[in-house]
Amino acid sequence: MATTATPGSRTIFRRPASHTGFWSWITTADHKKIGIMYGYTAFTFFILGGLEALLLRIQLSQPDSAFLSAAEYNAMFTMHGTTMIFLFVMPVSAAFFNYLLPLMIGARDVAFPRMNAVSFWIFLFGGIFLYTSFLFGTTGPPAGGNLAEAASRLGSGPNGGWFGYAPNSGIRFSTGTVMDYWSIGLQILGLASLISSINFIVTVFNMRAKGMKLLRMPVFVWMTTVVAFLLLFSLPIIAVALFMITFDRSFGTLFFDPSMGGDPVLWQHFFWLFGHPEVYILILPAMGIVSEVLPTFSRKPLFGYPAVVFAGAAIGFMGFGVWAHHMFSSGVTPITQAAFGLSTMAIAIPTGIKIFNWIGTVWGGKIKLNTPMLFSIGFVGMFVIGGLSGVTHSIVPADWQQTDTYYIVAHFHYVLFGGAIFGLFSGLYYWFPKLTGRMYSEALGKLHFWVFFIGFNLTFGPMHWLGLNGMVRRTWVYAEETGLGPWNMAVTVGAFIIALGVLVFMANWSWSKRNGPIAPFDPWDARTLEWTMPSPTPEYNFAVNPVVTALDDFWHKKYTEDSDGRPVRRPEATALVAELEEVGLNPPAPIHLPNPSYYPFLVGLGMPMIGYGVIYRGAAWGIPLGIVGALIIVGSFIGWGVEPLEEPHEEHEDHSDEPGTDHGEDA
Amino acid sequence: MADIAHADGHHDVHESTGIDNRKLGMWVFLSSEFMFFGALISNYMLFKGRDYSAFVPAGQSVILPRELYDIPFTSVSSFVLLMSSLTMVLAHDALVSGDQNRTRIWLAATGLLGSVFIGGQVFEFTEFVQQGMTLSTNPAASAFFVLTGFHGAHVFLGILMLLSLYGISRRQGGLTESQGLNVELVGLYWHFVDIIWIVIFTIVYLIP
Repeated sequence: MATTATPGSRTIFRRPASHTGFWSWITTADHKKIGIMYGYTAFTFFILGGLEALLLRIQLSQPDSAFLSAAEYNAMFTMHGTTMIFLFVMPVSAAFFNYLLPLMIGARDVAFPRMNAVSFWIFLFGGIFLYTSFLFGTTGPPAGGNLAEAASRLGSGPNGGWFGYAPNSGIRFSTGTVMDYWSIGLQILGLASLISSINFIVTVFNMRAKGMKLLRMPVFVWMTTVVAFLLLFSLPIIAVALFMITFDRSFGTLFFDPSMGGDPVLWQHFFWLFGHPEVYILILPAMGIVSEVLPTFSRKPLFGYPAVVFAGAAIGFMGFGVWAHHMFSSGVTPITQAAFGLSTMAIAIPTGIKIFNWIGTVWGGKIKLNTPMLFSIGFVGMFVIGGLSGVTHSIVPADWQQTDTYYIVAHFHYVLFGGAIFGLFSGLYYWFPKLTGRMYSEALGKLHFWVFFIGFNLTFGPMHWLGLNGMVRRTWVYAEETGLGPWNMAVTVGAFIIALGVLVFMANWSWSKRNGPIAPFDPWDARTLEWTMPSPTPEYNFAVNPVVTALDDFWHKKYTEDSDGRPVRRPEATALVAELEEVGLNPPAPIHLPNPSYYPFLVGLGMPMIGYGVIYRGAAWGIPLGIVGALIIVGSFIGWGVEPLEEPHEEHEDHSDEPGTDHGEDA
Repeated sequence: MADIAHADGHHDVHESTGIDNRKLGMWVFLSSEFMFFGALISNYMLFKGRDYSAFVPAGQSVILPRELYDIPFTSVSSFVLLMSSLTMVLAHDALVSGDQNRTRIWLAATGLLGSVFIGGQVFEFTEFVQQGMTLSTNPAASAFFVLTGFHGAHVFLGILMLLSLYGISRRQGGLTESQGLNVELVGLYWHFVDIIWIVIFTIVYLIP
């Protein structure tokens, strides 16, 4: 059977052994369980970020509104952005990577299963740490500002915007602790992403099934790889910048303090040198999902597979060369403006190639308009709008006019909501049967799409002309004379329609998960390896290690082509699928899986303790708490080091032609 | 390509690249570390040449890191760190030839040389602070302390890893094959930290 291991007694704790229930989730090293936990945690933060957005919209629905105070508004827009980017889109993409990457390349787990769990726990505790700012954080009176009164709890979140521009985020203008929560919280979250990016890169390059050459990998896997490299090279930059702001705030360095010779624009350079790759980190996973969904429901191969892959890689490279277009109005030289304007125009080319290829994929296909397909088509449409308004930012004079207006807000919501989030929802519906073993309700799914689509365009469409008419970002009131009221009311109505769509999705998900019809083995007649295994995915993934002979291998096993290039189902396809199902449920040989472990959880737990230690170093308990946290982390790694990935097991009969796990010992 | 090692049961390694997962992971991690130190070094480069005379009280002079460097002293501690790379190689070499005892000795020697380097850095920092240069003197001083401080922290982590290997080897009477790979991994990390120091020493200390 799946795992035959005896709990060892060689380490500090007895080795956890449960495979169901609460402790199995806390101690798991299974990439699928970790993926599911990523998904649910990220969705919880999505709800929080969404509620923050609704509060913002209620405040802005009418001129001169007094629903939120300025301090509360600052905390809400900062945490809305920070949450949606770092606590929703990134981790929900990580959920897809975790769950699907090993399945799509034919592996039993990621390269470092326990490191994978560490990433999740660090992310979870980092997110919680960030949000405890609302409980314990203080804003403090800034020098010369108008926020002298103490902020309410709702106003005691980080308040410097998601990009935390210096010197506003420095100790001189943010005298409380909220920006410490922000800088240290993001540092912790970045560490989680860095660890998982290393894990995914090694998994992709080392764990592929036999015959799975690099150019036979699904596009989703390719996009995952590009994202992992983007994370790998951009996170250290933001880590340095966050260390610098933390040192500025806590230990008296002067990097960003202009009154002492520091350079606030340097923060912008560092931040956007990370921040622009970051936007591709957010969008590429959704592009990968769409590249899987469109071919499946058009019943055609992806048009120009190598072009899509190379365009993705090109975006990855060029993503590091466009950052200053965020700073055209920050006093960079004309040469810099011209160069970055040009590179910004150039990066639209690989994106355009992808759009072209997606349209080519759907063109002439036998299209099935179900929920994932609708979301994917919605993605392509909305992303084109967002992409085109993005190209307008490369025209420097126009960008000067647009900077810090709602035009920018409209642009990045079209790419990140109309793009990334539509793509991610497409993926959630598409892989729902594989995840749960049941089918979702198609009627509710389509309702969700149309509510989302209408609500989305009503929310973010009018922001284009609001912005061009002079409505500025990050300002909590506007005067009635500006005439911006009616459209703002429309935007607010749209935001509530989106919220309704989310409720429809939640209802569909929680009902279908228990009561939906049992999902067949391969419900979409799909193309990639994950559909060759039972639904829901068994703990061991593949009963027999797959061997791949082509791109879209599963499809070619089921279909051949007639003389016009139309797919014709092979006569033996039905028998093949039945056999795969039979074998998938009854592995012919024992399979060893990584054992659960307590240590990843403990490593995650130690991180916020260090954070609190830094923030409250003045209190008697602050530094001891930080030291305890550090000791927990070091101790966990030592315990981890002496705990083997798999406990020794009794020898089975020879199964040398069906090898078990593919892991090193101390992953 | 993919069918390299399917011979023996369930502890087969099946790495598409033929490089062990952990080793590939370490290389990938170190490539990220290059960006980390790249950012810190460019930060120092940006701040080191600026004019801070407008930010000190009238009559006082600007204290810049480069005016306080004690090049002979830092050269010696750099030499000590470079020699620790040699002992690291010797430790690995001893392990490959199966001499557990010699492995332990060279691991300990590497850790010791690393500690001497850290000691030198502590001395240097103390000296600078006494001469009036702290984190808060000017951004160039901040950048110097943060850059060299993070490098020191990396050396310190390396020493912790070396000590762990030493301790495990002492307790078990030797390192297993899988733990032996850890010696190689710690070695990779250690050499990386040394290479970064060569860059820092050249750019920060030697080039005016």
